Amino acid sequence: MELIQKHPILEFHHGKEVTFTFDGKDMKGFEGEPIAMALHANDVRIYRVTPEMKRPRGFFCAIGKCSSCFMVVDGVPNVRTCVTPLTAGMKVETQHGKGQVPLEAK
Amino acid sequence: MKKTIETDLLVVGGGAAGLCAAAEAAGAGAKVTVIESDLHPGGQLVKQTHKFFGSKDEYAGTRGYKIADILLDEIASLGDKVEIRTNTTVTGYYPEEGIFTAMKGEEEYYRIKAKKTVVATGAQERLIPFPNNDLPGVYGAGAVQTLMNVYGVVPGKKVVMVGAGNIGLIVSYQLRQAGVEIAAIVEAMPKIGGYWVHAAKIRRLGIPILLRHTIVEAVGDKVIEGAVIQELNDKFQLIGEPTKIDCDVICMAVGLTPTTELFWQAGAKMQYCPQLCGHVPFRDNTMRTSNPDIWVAGDASGIEEASAAMVEGRIAGFSAAKALGCKVKEGSFKEYWTRLDHLRAGEVGEKIRGGICQVLVDGWEA
Amino acid sequence: MGCTCNSNDKEKLFCSGVLVENRPGAILPPQEAWEKKKGGYVVIECPQRIPCNPCATSCPTGAVKPFVDINDVPSIDYEKCTGCGLCVAKCPGLACFVIDLTYSADEAVIKLPYELEPKPVKGQKVKCLNRVGEEVSEGEVYTVTEPLKDQTTVVSVVIPKKLVGEIRAIKVVC
Repeated sequence: MELIQKHPILEFHHGKEVTFTFDGKDMKGFEGEPIAMALHANDVRIYRVTPEMKRPRGFFCAIGKCSSCFMVVDGVPNVRTCVTPLTAGMKVETQHGKGQVPLEAK
Repeated sequence: MKKTIETDLLVVGGGAAGLCAAAEAAGAGAKVTVIESDLHPGGQLVKQTHKFFGSKDEYAGTRGYKIADILLDEIASLGDKVEIRTNTTVTGYYPEEGIFTAMKGEEEYYRIKAKKTVVATGAQERLIPFPNNDLPGVYGAGAVQTLMNVYGVVPGKKVVMVGAGNIGLIVSYQLRQAGVEIAAIVEAMPKIGGYWVHAAKIRRLGIPILLRHTIVEAVGDKVIEGAVIQELNDKFQLIGEPTKIDCDVICMAVGLTPTTELFWQAGAKMQYCPQLCGHVPFRDNTMRTSNPDIWVAGDASGIEEASAAMVEGRIAGFSAAKALGCKVKEGSFKEYWTRLDHLRAGEVGEKIRGGICQVLVDGWEA
Repeated sequence: MGCTCNSNDKEKLFCSGVLVENRPGAILPPQEAWEKKKGGYVVIECPQRIPCNPCATSCPTGAVKPFVDINDVPSIDYEKCTGCGLCVAKCPGLACFVIDLTYSADEAVIKLPYELEPKPVKGQKVKCLNRVGEEVSEGEVYTVTEPLKDQTTVVSVVIPKKLVGEIRAIKVVC
């Protein structure tokens, strides 16, 4: 994982390390931290592909205001991965186009 | 499931301005609810590893992230007067009913009925147009700070920074502190926009600042692999030959725009103000907008600095608490305005002063 | 910022954060007194009027004169300066240095602020950089302190005396 090892000013206190899946692949991240952070630390930069021109999109604003980081999380599309906390066993998938909203609540 | 929560003072946004407004109003006895869309309060303060400028009153010499702790300690010391709800976004304002709607996470919705509200929603990063500016790897400067300063994730190996205002200069230094190489900082203007001392710090480390240069294209197949930059003449026309710089992150520090949707929805009187970097609400000197129940503070009122955001938050919190009938310390109002005027008095405050006078009204009729 | 920023090289450098000549807020101490002063004098490079005054409020002797207006550039009363270096640690812009010319015939000691990893250790040889980050000499680390216990390290480095007008940073190589 691409984590900062020693910082001159800051000390990082990560929470519990958990496993989640990205497009079926097992990955590790820290519980409670935004999904996008875990993806970035695992060198995943492409989060979705746009509907019309099939452009790859990823992280941009990190404060939930731009919509670039939308992914399908546990079956639900358009999840703002930059402000949504990671949980153990979470299923994170690249969103293709607008995604399909599940018709029934989980 | 129409759940409604009620509160005296709603503060939308738990950053520098919002936390100060909450602390001030709660200190006067108001019941305050702060709604913060991030997973923790503190806003942009939390990411600032550098020591703040200003004076002792604005915690000069203290690192930004410690200032967030100081404000949260103050709020905690007021007992249970302030409730901070994180991971919650205010999604709209309905003027017919005078209520706000909020969304916790991605699923839980509810309504908020507040007697008075301070909207301190801050700002969002701007982007400039160039081919491939939508590719992963083009990140806002604040986003890069979140990665490396909040969550300890390496943002990339080599960065091109676009913009030499305070944010571009500060984030470049922070990238270096995180062990990331800065290939260059490009700035279209003939001089840096940020403080000279911020630039001096990074020039001493050998980081190039290319004045009168801009980015003309981002290069990459699926993610950023490079940036093409070119020189500009004094009419901002491209001259010379483009140069490609290898990099995996292009960091955008080209300005912020106030986040003001809620004011529009509330029907507040707005104005486009270039010096304040976008559309902002008119306000009187209590920071009240044309809507008698809504105040504004921080970057949402005009892009400025953390120190000004904190004082504006105090003024808005004070005034909203007073409007609620709380017992306020009358002298504070003048003290806060004196501090704000001092911060804005110098040459670097000229632009702000020019902007504020366009949107400051003497008072409201209602 | 007080510059006209035409294509003149000196202006271009100053407009991108490089000091090219002495000016208010960025001056050198009076030479004669400086050569005799054990402990050194403060050298501040802060030529822009910005709302900031911790150098003055943190100076224990008033050598950095109290500001009249928070936007003032720092001005020094050299009679009061003890070379303590508190301002070096306190300045948010990392713009304060202390330079002692009495170390030896052709060496001086510069105290500078340092906030990177790896941290240098006493006795270590480091690269000395000028205002545009070019390596202009080697230096030996004399002391490493953290006066305010706030992650700003103050490093004293022995450098060639003839380069005291140029060296303003170090590079630590492991």
